[in-house]
Amino acid sequence: MQPKYTPQELLVRLKSAPPIDQIGTHERISKIQSRSLKGPAKLHGLRLALSMIDLTTLEGKDTPSKVRQLCIKAQHLHGINPDLPKVAAVCVYPTMVGVAKKALENSTIKVAAVSTAFPSGQAPFEVKKLDTLYALEHGADEIDMVISRGHFLAGEYNYVFDEIAAIKALCGSARLKVIFETAELDSLDQVRRISDLAIAAGANFIKTSTGKIQPAATFPVVLTMLGAIKDHFDKTGQMIGMKPAGGISSAKIALQHLLLVKEVLGEAWLTNEWYRFGASSLANDLLMQYQKQLTGKYQSAAYFSID
Amino acid sequence: MSTTNWNLEPSLESTAVVQLKDQYELFINGQWQAPKAKKYFATINPSDESHLSNIAWATEADVDLAVKAARNAYENVWSKLSGAERGKYLFRIARLMQEKARELAVLETLDGGKPIKESRDIDIPLACNHFFYYAGWADKLQEAFAGQQIESLGVAGQITPWNFPLLMLAWKIAPALACGNTVVLKPAETTSLTALKFAEICQEAGLPAGVVNIITGYGDTGAALVVHPDVNKIAFTGSTAVGKQIQKACIGTDKKLTLELGGKSANIILEDAAVDQAVEGVINAIFYNQGHVCCAGSRLYVQESISAQVIEKLKFRLQSIYVGNPLDKNTDIGAINSKKQLETIEKYISLGREEGAEIYQPACQLPSKGYYCLPTLFTDVAQSARIAQEEIFGPVLAIQTFRTIDEVLQKANNSPYGLAAGVWTDKGARIFGLSSQLRAGVVWANTYNKFDPASPFGGYKESGFGREGGVHGLSAYLKITN
Repeated sequence: MQPKYTPQELLVRLKSAPPIDQIGTHERISKIQSRSLKGPAKLHGLRLALSMIDLTTLEGKDTPSKVRQLCIKAQHLHGINPDLPKVAAVCVYPTMVGVAKKALENSTIKVAAVSTAFPSGQAPFEVKKLDTLYALEHGADEIDMVISRGHFLAGEYNYVFDEIAAIKALCGSARLKVIFETAELDSLDQVRRISDLAIAAGANFIKTSTGKIQPAATFPVVLTMLGAIKDHFDKTGQMIGMKPAGGISSAKIALQHLLLVKEVLGEAWLTNEWYRFGASSLANDLLMQYQKQLTGKYQSAAYFSID
Repeated sequence: MSTTNWNLEPSLESTAVVQLKDQYELFINGQWQAPKAKKYFATINPSDESHLSNIAWATEADVDLAVKAARNAYENVWSKLSGAERGKYLFRIARLMQEKARELAVLETLDGGKPIKESRDIDIPLACNHFFYYAGWADKLQEAFAGQQIESLGVAGQITPWNFPLLMLAWKIAPALACGNTVVLKPAETTSLTALKFAEICQEAGLPAGVVNIITGYGDTGAALVVHPDVNKIAFTGSTAVGKQIQKACIGTDKKLTLELGGKSANIILEDAAVDQAVEGVINAIFYNQGHVCCAGSRLYVQESISAQVIEKLKFRLQSIYVGNPLDKNTDIGAINSKKQLETIEKYISLGREEGAEIYQPACQLPSKGYYCLPTLFTDVAQSARIAQEEIFGPVLAIQTFRTIDEVLQKANNSPYGLAAGVWTDKGARIFGLSSQLRAGVVWANTYNKFDPASPFGGYKESGFGREGGVHGLSAYLKITN
């Protein structure tokens, strides 16, 4: 494949991004966190957050029956509230794509597969390609790939770019999410740089983390990525999706993320077409808070299924 | 699912914590005293124009009583106490203010119109911190001025503005008392309530009678305080016009004077700046407290190569600014402090249009009652325009572009004021270069409107003289001889 940019061109492109000031970033976030969300607006936010979840199980001990259970939960979040939205997708390893696809065959819920030697990305490119093809052949609607952090940190931007572009080419109509594993990147400037790189290489979504390394989707990292999405949109008119993943386990934090999106990108991004939460335990807290908003009372955690 | 119009519901801070009196008297010699002339004036809530209370209007006779009480307390009580004892009172006041923080915050917002989140998170905590900070200095004054002779001054007459009522009171009273002076303070007429609450706190703290006296009223009350022959020190924060009158009145007397006056501060964004954080900083610099900030970054200079981007980002950011009821916890811009001030701001907005600048205001529904002003950007502003030269004291930003650093330095310094400036750049060398050449009392780098009791604050040129805050703030309340 012909590289899209020469190393020099790519470097110029990446270096034209503005620096990120960490203190200013924190200040912006604290303004969002001091917003007060009440009443119907909170209810709306909770529903929105539920509809944006990529319900995830990514464990070595995953079984087909666990994945099937997750798929059932994805479609019926809380039996006593049948009018709740469904989650956006179920996110699994490539080997479980077939199981999930079958379990969701009568549903609009997507199946997302992590790939390219998730979570470390430490594999030859040929292996990553096969990994992705396997998931696609079994029906994955979305591919969550990891970048080669080693190459990125070594400054081999063209390698990382070409890898993303090549996986994107395999994806066809499947949407590509590119995972940065920001905990392994050094600074917010690096987060901005990889965001610009991934977007230029064809990512449909940019995603913070695998969920395997902490800290994962921190607010400063997410705000920096949203900034890259906004600048790209202002320049080109093209929307890119955002997926914070890992560490977002409470409704309160999820709602703050949504307020951040509302203020930084605008309401156009407040749909599961452009925004996702990668999470496993978030759904139950959202459901618990939703029930609290409806009834004024908290139910015990035992009333919410653990899948 | 539908995602349009995810609007935040109003989230109102409760006012139940505040018990307003129907009428407030003068606080003289530790007691509430009716004004001799029996005159009162109304204080209103600028967010809905409702009547809050009636406030005593002090005349010359009342001012004289207050000064006598302060003199008596100075000679017989306060100047005889050790620094450590004075410090104890200040610590006690600071703790009581913290205990009543919520009440003070609600009161500040009711009376002045500032957003509850600012009075709650900034004004009140910072005011408490000033008392804590200067309480700590009270018994260490000699260490601050090693090798020098220091003496307290006597009676300090202090006049505070309406933009940060309790905070400015703290800036003035805390160092004055720490240094061993007694105080007669006149708050601004539109925002007397927190000063009167502070008087209650002094009572509760057991502060000796006459050490702090609060006299309320209009400009004539302040004028009577300034010309009173037995006042040793005048500290004023307010407009440059009034500051000039005060300075004239003090000529030929041995009154020590500090003035913290107006500003038209330049905020400078260089092309290598962290753009998103600079934009946020500009928003904070001009729209914080409705722009009623003497050091507001009201002149924005953006380097040409990024000016279009910065202006677009500012316009977009304005769409998520909430303007409205100051008691709503989500409100970013509250009510303009008074009808008079709203008229001044509106006059400048029409002036800006007449002068040919391009105006941008976000589409936003303002409450039908109360004094409100939309956040306003003016682009293509000329350096000669009055909106770029004169202090507006409202949420109005005049934006200009520049090409070279020499050019922006010249333009930024081309002002009769010199209170503050901001520099946004990723290069440390540029920060040092610019900040050493900007003629301003405070230069913030990659931030704006940051205040700390340990940091001195004050102006160059017509922005005044003398410093408040830090060790420098002590010297404003001491006679220092070598």
